[in-house]
Amino acid sequence: MNDTFDIRGGELHIEVHKFRAGSIILATAFALVLQAFLPIYFPKAAILDLPLLVVIYFGLSRRNPSTGLLLGMAIGVLQDSLSGPTVPLGLYGISKTIIGYLASSIGARLDTEHPAARFALTIAFFGVHQGLIALTRRLLLSQPEPWFTLHLGIAALINAFVAVFLFLLLDRLRKPS
Amino acid sequence: MVALPSRHRSLFLLGGVVLLQVLLLAVQIKRDSQGRLIRVWTVGAVSPFERAGAHGISHIRDTWNHYFALQNTSRENEELKRENGALKLQITQLQSKASEADRLAALLKFRQMNVDVPMVAARVIGGSADSDSQTIYLDRGERDGIRRNMGVITPDGVVGKVIESYKDTAQVLLLTDTHSGVGAMMVESRVQKPVGGTGEPLLQLKYVSNEDNSVNPGDRIVTSGTDRIFPGDLPVGTIADIKPGSTFKQIRVKPAANLERLEEVFVLLTIKHLEGKKDSADPNSAAPAAATPSAASTNPRPPEKP
Repeated sequence: MNDTFDIRGGELHIEVHKFRAGSIILATAFALVLQAFLPIYFPKAAILDLPLLVVIYFGLSRRNPSTGLLLGMAIGVLQDSLSGPTVPLGLYGISKTIIGYLASSIGARLDTEHPAARFALTIAFFGVHQGLIALTRRLLLSQPEPWFTLHLGIAALINAFVAVFLFLLLDRLRKPS
Repeated sequence: MVALPSRHRSLFLLGGVVLLQVLLLAVQIKRDSQGRLIRVWTVGAVSPFERAGAHGISHIRDTWNHYFALQNTSRENEELKRENGALKLQITQLQSKASEADRLAALLKFRQMNVDVPMVAARVIGGSADSDSQTIYLDRGERDGIRRNMGVITPDGVVGKVIESYKDTAQVLLLTDTHSGVGAMMVESRVQKPVGGTGEPLLQLKYVSNEDNSVNPGDRIVTSGTDRIFPGDLPVGTIADIKPGSTFKQIRVKPAANLERLEEVFVLLTIKHLEGKKDSADPNSAAPAAATPSAASTNPRPPEKP
């Protein structure tokens, strides 16, 4: 079932999508397991940030900043705890919290259902995510971290490309309207 | 009391949640802790899925390699193949088991060559959840005697060291990680220099001055045994290329172990310096040679049946 709400005096209706019970938890767990597991067999898969894509998707779809940022925090902290010693708890947590908030806020203002919009937004969110990680590492951890590299640019494009198809798959978890 | 508008409420929540995590970061830095409890819970929750996935993927990949690849190369016999399909599937399963047996036989041979070294065979079940660190998870942990700072190797060479040990799982920092390093020695010249990770597939031999001409591409590098993690004379890698740097040469080293395709490894159950074998090892040999008096369980955990 889809709820609708009205912004700007009823000019624009943007649907708030609801998902089947447990689907957010399952998708999150699946993304985290795949993120930790895939690079063992397909080393190039390490370029993907599946937990980030899940945060972006549910943020854009649920369009509730509070749940978006809490989901981002949960996924980020879980990703931190599965990561290596260079990643203290909170590094990905902070950046994904903010991404969850931004995605939900933007999702409430724009139509984000079109694949081109999703592609562009994923690139933008990936960039912001990396920027936040670099900022956290530099300011709070005093670790050198580049703001941007060619590798990150390529990673942003690949993640955005994967996001278009992944989001179509995740759309199937929505409750029918 | 004035109620906050919903937009401001979520902004306050954002600020609170971010502040909470900044404090969490600060606590970890101050106490030099890694939030072990949360990590133990998460790893405990995720590792069963990784374990199951590792076996599943291994089975699928073996089936793919041995069945579908063969099918592509002999399309002209398609009709015949169909007749023999059931038989081939059986062969595929046998081949899958045979290749696994080959791998395990190589591990066993290596183990028998070093029968007096306490070590445990383990299967790789997962990797790091981020692209910044190079770590793997093993299906063995504290219950098998694995502790922090134990060395991890394959018959080909050094893999890394254990950085965290949980009940049934251990996290290993690979040699390629930027925080990783090993005391190393050049086989030909016996000069000792550290080798460290760069975050990329190749390692780096450090602190060789631009004037030093004793290092050449193709030179083999082994462990020096000075880091109190690895015994001496374990293969580390081979020098891939050398470039002049500002003070020191930039020397890239190809790891001896295939760190991008790890499936089974050995964990050395000792952090003691193994001095006894270092002197007796053949200086020209890169074969592993290490020993301690006591032996420990070494049987690899048998693979789960598909």
